[in-house]
Amino acid sequence: MRPDSSPLRHLREDRLPTMWCTGCGNGAVMSAFLGAVDDAKLDMKMIAVVSGIGCSGRIGGYIKADSIHVAHGRALPVALGAKLTRPDLTVVAFMGDGDAYSIGGNHLLHAARRDDDVKAFVINNMVFGMTGGQQSPTTPSSVIEGPLLARSPKPLDGPTLCAVLGASYVARWSTADFMELRNSMKTALTTRGFCLVEALSQCPVQFGKRVTRDPLGLMKWIKDRTIRVDDAVSKRTTEGKMLVGEFTKGGKGLRPELGELIGG
Amino acid sequence: MAGGAGCWLMEFLSGSEMIAKGAMAAGCRAFFGYPITPASEIMELMAEDLPKAGGIFRQMEDEIAASAASIGASWAGVKAMTATSGPGFSLIQENIGMATMLEIPLVVVDAQRMGPSTGVPTVGSQQDLMQAIWGRHGDQLPLVLCPSSFGELYTMTIEAFNLAEMLRTPVILLTDGHLANLRSSVSIDQAYEVVDRKVLDAKDATAPFQTDESLVPGFPPLGKGFNVLLDTLSHDERGYPTSSAGKTERLLVRLREKIVRSIDKIWMREQSGVNDSKEIVVSYGSSAIAARRAVDMARSQGKKVGLLVMKTMWPLDERAMKQILNGKQRIIVVEQALGQLAWLIRPFAGESEVVSITSLGRPPRPKKVEQVILNEA
Repeated sequence: MRPDSSPLRHLREDRLPTMWCTGCGNGAVMSAFLGAVDDAKLDMKMIAVVSGIGCSGRIGGYIKADSIHVAHGRALPVALGAKLTRPDLTVVAFMGDGDAYSIGGNHLLHAARRDDDVKAFVINNMVFGMTGGQQSPTTPSSVIEGPLLARSPKPLDGPTLCAVLGASYVARWSTADFMELRNSMKTALTTRGFCLVEALSQCPVQFGKRVTRDPLGLMKWIKDRTIRVDDAVSKRTTEGKMLVGEFTKGGKGLRPELGELIGG
Repeated sequence: MAGGAGCWLMEFLSGSEMIAKGAMAAGCRAFFGYPITPASEIMELMAEDLPKAGGIFRQMEDEIAASAASIGASWAGVKAMTATSGPGFSLIQENIGMATMLEIPLVVVDAQRMGPSTGVPTVGSQQDLMQAIWGRHGDQLPLVLCPSSFGELYTMTIEAFNLAEMLRTPVILLTDGHLANLRSSVSIDQAYEVVDRKVLDAKDATAPFQTDESLVPGFPPLGKGFNVLLDTLSHDERGYPTSSAGKTERLLVRLREKIVRSIDKIWMREQSGVNDSKEIVVSYGSSAIAARRAVDMARSQGKKVGLLVMKTMWPLDERAMKQILNGKQRIIVVEQALGQLAWLIRPFAGESEVVSITSLGRPPRPKKVEQVILNEA
């Protein structure tokens, strides 16, 4: 018997096990979210969950909440419509990198610009996983091979974009930074305005084809390619790595010390 | 859902104002839009009216967002609408399909303009009829209502909301630039009946898609711990995703049947002189104004001719359509498109000769229709 305080009580147990592959990071992100809801002392009854399409979009179907699994890329406008109608609810949108940064990119831009009071949780596995491992806007150019799409000079950096546009709170962590991820999700859940928390997550099956299919090995590969905001600031360089940490607080734009680092 | 017993208000309004007033009277409390000619005025009016009534208005980043946010608002419990024209209507197709699958009431106004792509933004047409009916992927049965007079812009907007709420499905209100931009003095029926969605009972929350004989499930309220999942994936009676052929067939057949079953309430038309004439004029929307006039003119010269003005363009009452059209010598179709209405009625025309009068770029002229009726053309 699990204790009644376990975050698992927030799941639709009749839908378990999930459809996610062994070693997938989605479970960790979902778990961080459930923990964050409890940390923030929110009543799950008053949370409305919107999710997009792809493996990440299945989260809404596993959480025992009022939830809606919408069309690819459209989680943010659906979430805005619900939030404006029911301001008493906390409305969260789970998206993948395809949802948030590719097909739904325009919605993200404007949700951040308008500072819509919606909590966006992006699971960035840097690949189109469900459809077979195609390149996404966040696939690092170092792992792109073959003729499918031209090698992008620079992957899209969603957190920087949203911070620059004036989102109220923006953070990024990898699934290896579980507690930090959970804490940032709590901050997002308790901050007014547009909040985006991106989780760099491992897809051992599809992204793994490009690096390693070993889930732990892939988590480490991702973690090795991140640098904490404070470290980057004190070293005055990102070392070409992805920043993890808080990009903005209080909707004042990208933290000035990060602007220099990213610009350079 | 007939009109109420008379509480009439005389006003001088534009067609867009008629639609906006109809929406407000129907209880619409959320509108999301994106500027587009000739539908922008509807959005501007809703932006004024909604906040006064405690409703929500937002201009969004594109029509996809506008329709998606309308769906979000309807999910959260209010009647919602968006309005657009051809290019935006193409973008919105995706979310009409979404509302169908999620069973979310939604009203989409398409004030048609002319031609494919950018076309002629300032000129009305009836060229989106087939797109309204067939524009999306996957089997689905959209409701397509088409006001055929200035007054009906108001009443049929209310009908659109009533049917969307009653059947938990998107309804397309297909009008055009001519009607939207027309100005006229008009009497408004302020006592028109308004229908609200049936709300899901708490005891049914574990099987929210199990239905009674109406085949329309109760709508789950948010924030009450019902924990209902609405899924664009094929789903079973619990709302859970499924790829089972049997469960998917059951869902798709129910989504269709819940609408077919209510065809008596859905299929609206006006007809006159149908039974005692060998010839009939068939029209709809802004073209019907000329068709009515032409029929009157021909009849005043002793010509026996029937008139069918269709107001529900989809789904059709096939039995009624056959009864009205079959056995006629000549069916004269009046429309502002290259044969879309003619194509729609052909399956019901039997051996009848179908004569198409198409007028592109302006509403048809009554004189021209009259000449065809009198065989003078």
